[in-house]
Amino acid sequence: MSTGTPATSEPVKRPIRVVVAKAGLDGHDRGAKVVARALRDAGMEVIYTGVHQTPEQVVETALQEDVDAIGVSLLSGAHNFIFPRIAELMREKGLDDVLLFGGGIIPEADVPGLKQVGVDRVFPPGASLDEIVRYLDEAVGKRRGAVA
Amino acid sequence: MTGVAPDLLERARAGDKRATARLLSVVENDEPGAAEVLRSVYPQTGRARIVGVTGPPGGGKSTLVDRLAGAYRERGERVAVVAVDPSSPFSGGALLGDRIRMRERFLDEGVFIRSMASRGHGGGLARTTARVVNVLDALGYGVVLVETIGVGQEEVDVVRVADTVCLVTVPGLGDDIQAIKAGILEIADVLVLNKADRPGADETARDLAGTLTLGKPRTAWKPPIVRTVATAGEGVAELVEAIARHFAWAAQSGERDRRRRAAARGEVEELLRDALVRRLRALLGEERVDAAVARVAGREIDPYAAVEELVRGGTGE
Repeated sequence: MSTGTPATSEPVKRPIRVVVAKAGLDGHDRGAKVVARALRDAGMEVIYTGVHQTPEQVVETALQEDVDAIGVSLLSGAHNFIFPRIAELMREKGLDDVLLFGGGIIPEADVPGLKQVGVDRVFPPGASLDEIVRYLDEAVGKRRGAVA
Repeated sequence: MTGVAPDLLERARAGDKRATARLLSVVENDEPGAAEVLRSVYPQTGRARIVGVTGPPGGGKSTLVDRLAGAYRERGERVAVVAVDPSSPFSGGALLGDRIRMRERFLDEGVFIRSMASRGHGGGLARTTARVVNVLDALGYGVVLVETIGVGQEEVDVVRVADTVCLVTVPGLGDDIQAIKAGILEIADVLVLNKADRPGADETARDLAGTLTLGKPRTAWKPPIVRTVATAGEGVAELVEAIARHFAWAAQSGERDRRRRAAARGEVEELLRDALVRRLRALLGEERVDAAVARVAGREIDPYAAVEELVRGGTGE
């Protein structure tokens, strides 16, 4: 699956599709880009939308792109507003089977609250890229297994 | 048939974007039910105007597609965008970034944007892009904008999908114009000189015009050169106008039918090839193919003889 398969091959195995978004007002997207690149290098298809996304834009992108997961990077401190809003919109739009995960500057004390509103996993600063890749592989695999 | 796809189709037809997105995945990935989906939408295809946007990386294709989508929306059309970016040849993954330039359209009910990874297909599009376009066409999008990966010389698949192909280039590629004239310039129905506010625009326009008059034209259509500054929206109305003129000419001159026949032939032949290979492999079994490969690698027989033997074995000739 890693090499470019010719047109005559069997149906392609569906790669994991992920939206990586920078929501809110801070424009520091280096972390998001590093994660996007790592996911690409792990064989995933990453839809990257750039900075300053509203929760509405993030969720609509996820919907149209039919992704398995949404990863949101937040450094601005607005996580307690933005994550619940994204989760709420996901429920509204029927994206219940899509994973929501996040990273950035998020105090550990806030993590349980975020999990409660539907954030599956929060990666603190210093989380390794391998950890994020492994998490997505496993969590998406599990979800797909449950849906099929 | 899985039973999933017909329900999706019904919901997509009723305007459910989530269902549309799933349906496109089924077709993109050749998932079970893909053939049935295409079968049921096919009678409703052929109504959309399909505009291809191609050209070298960094020329402003995505920004231009965004502006075109806006212009068609103002004219009351529902617009779909299919934007292709390359897959990594090493990991198979892809970073799909065309949406970055299209954020203004994310929340427009009348716009649907889908990113596709090329997944190792070489022609500037993904293998299943044409089928994804077919589905969007059948779902009633009046204009489908198809953006290729950043192309060099030979990625001309877009001509098999689009009614009108816009080639986007920029000033300062200078002699590189010479490089693109052989392959990609030939498929351009409209030449777009984007970033036309930059130095060297006049020279590039002159080079392009010169290149176009060099050889014998393929048809009576003379590709116009439209200058744009996509970031500022300049020249977009003229571009829409040029696309409309080409579309009208193609419809009336028979070029559109000719192109659609060629596209249909390509599609049928590709599927035929796929089906034959699949059937042959099933008949032979992987072991026989592997055994033949081993003999070729060991220089016992040559690859031509191996294939000849396999085909004979499979077809019982």
